[in-house]
Amino acid sequence: MPEAVLALEGLHKRFGALAATDDVSLTLRPGEIHALIGPNGAGKSTLIAQIAGSLRPDAGRVLLGGVDVTGESVAARARRGLGRSFQVSSLAEPLPAIRNVMIAVQALAGHSFRFWKPVARDPRLVEPAMAALERMGLGHRAATPVAELSHGERRALEVACALALRPRVLLLDEPMAGLGPEGSAHLTELLERLKAEVPILLIEHDMEAVFRLAERISVLVAGRIIAHGDGDTIRRDPQVRDAYLGD
Amino acid sequence: MTDPTPALSARRPSRRLGRQGLVQLLLLALLLALPVAADLTGHPYYVTLASRLTLIAMAAVGLNLALGYGGMISFGHAAYFGLGGYVAGIGAFHAFDMTPFLGGIPGSDNLLVLWPIAMLACGLLALAIGAVSLRTSGVYFIMITLAFAQMVYYFANSWPTYGGQDGLPIYLRNQLPGLDTQEPLTFFLICFVGLVLAMALTSRLMGSRFGAALTMARLNDTRLATAGISPTPIRLVAFVISAMITGLAGALYADLNGFVSPSMLSWHLSGELMVIVILGGVGRLYGPLVGAALFIGMETLLGGLTEYWQLFLGLTLLGVVLFARQGVMGWLAGREPHA
Ligand SMILES: Nc1ncnc2c1ncn2[C@@H]1O[C@H](COP(=O)(O)OP(=O)(O)OP(=O)(O)O)[C@@H](O)[C@H]1O
Ligand SMILES: [Mg+2]
Repeated sequence: MPEAVLALEGLHKRFGALAATDDVSLTLRPGEIHALIGPNGAGKSTLIAQIAGSLRPDAGRVLLGGVDVTGESVAARARRGLGRSFQVSSLAEPLPAIRNVMIAVQALAGHSFRFWKPVARDPRLVEPAMAALERMGLGHRAATPVAELSHGERRALEVACALALRPRVLLLDEPMAGLGPEGSAHLTELLERLKAEVPILLIEHDMEAVFRLAERISVLVAGRIIAHGDGDTIRRDPQVRDAYLGD
Repeated sequence: MTDPTPALSARRPSRRLGRQGLVQLLLLALLLALPVAADLTGHPYYVTLASRLTLIAMAAVGLNLALGYGGMISFGHAAYFGLGGYVAGIGAFHAFDMTPFLGGIPGSDNLLVLWPIAMLACGLLALAIGAVSLRTSGVYFIMITLAFAQMVYYFANSWPTYGGQDGLPIYLRNQLPGLDTQEPLTFFLICFVGLVLAMALTSRLMGSRFGAALTMARLNDTRLATAGISPTPIRLVAFVISAMITGLAGALYADLNGFVSPSMLSWHLSGELMVIVILGGVGRLYGPLVGAALFIGMETLLGGLTEYWQLFLGLTLLGVVLFARQGVMGWLAGREPHA
């Protein structure tokens, strides 16, 4: 079995009396999509926050490429190749779409303490950013301010920002939410092609997409992983049907 | 699509000046022409007034980098303005007295020595203040920058060597080799060049990678960190550069007045600089100049009529905050596309 690019070991996080993450361990291997499903409030986004570094776990470790990054900042983890998209999109609204992507390209290209050369026409920033946008079907929207983009376009832009980092691991928090059937199908296709390049930890409520894409599925309920396995195993698991699939 | 990078063509600054460029050019031309005319017609008072306006504008250009472009609402920029002033004053004091500073360093009245020292001192002070203050944000950042500036204020107030609360006179303006700085128009031109350089630096900086990161730190620091760039060091460097510009303006200001006192360090001045930046247009390159012109203009025109001229200033500020979010510059030159 290839070594995991991402591993969580015994993560715990409490908010007061609420155990939002309760002894969660999981791995992400090269070439796979590992889906994390569960009802609302199960603690999926909380888990992503701990992996990305915006939330400190109370206990447990996060390993990226075998390195313990539990104490590292969000930016440091991103520099190690952790790309993510947010459940509620987090972009610079007044800036053109491409500027949001260019900042990722700039980060990848090295440090940002360059005070003189203009970025607006720097092909080393613009071209990779354009490529990421085009990959997400947003090439024609490059100059449009984020505030004027549709909901679906913002979701795609978030993924483009993450891709521009050339991540080694991708965390996607409900990328299909609100996309409509056509958008979902399109993104599903895209992720299917993408997973050979970069393994993805995917949080998604769209079960059709999940069963089609994911090699492995973990089911999170009340902060705890109650089931784990491939699509068939999960579909047949009585506990999962009871808690989540709802039949 | 023929152009592979529509982002560029759509945002390419046109060769033509455009409304904003025209307004900017006009402002600079006015600022240069008025004191020249005043000097030719024998009104040195107005030349000095223009120098004052220019220096206040330059101090506000410094603040605008932190407040406008960086989103760091510093209520303590008087600390750098005053420190710059004290560097000029203390240098002149020791050069005049022929006594050493702190037991060993000789005084100097050479501006080419004093300016770098003023900027360095302000940079170091801002590094220390910024490193602590940037751990906070919002209202706490405002309060902590104010608190630090007040500490500097009380320190200057209680240091008798340099006049304490009475301040420190500069009997002869510090010197620039080859120029007569006592000459009002010459001194104005020095200030003018300083202001133009400060604005050119700001513009260049904001177009660079650093500027892109600073803009993102202001608009959405989560996005910046997610891209792998830590927001705090970016902000800190901007804060330091901002303080250095304001400090240089302060050094010139002390020379202009032939006097430096703790009032240059007071929170009133910090507040006035903020008002100027907001009046002119937060994060607009020429905002500080427009704001300073309004401020000095009202002070000069209305200040002679009534003590309560600041009431009118307050009303103008209210109008700008309520109706012109990009300040008077936004109203004159149109909205900034990326702001
Ligand atoms: N900062 C916080 N402080 C207190 N409670 C929190 C905090 N963040 C999340 N929670 C709680 O933790 C639980 C898990 O939230 P989380 O957002 O991780 O759920 P989720 O599985 O992503 O749900 P959804 O499917 O709705 O996105 C919820 O009950 C939420 O109210
Ligand atoms: Mg969630």
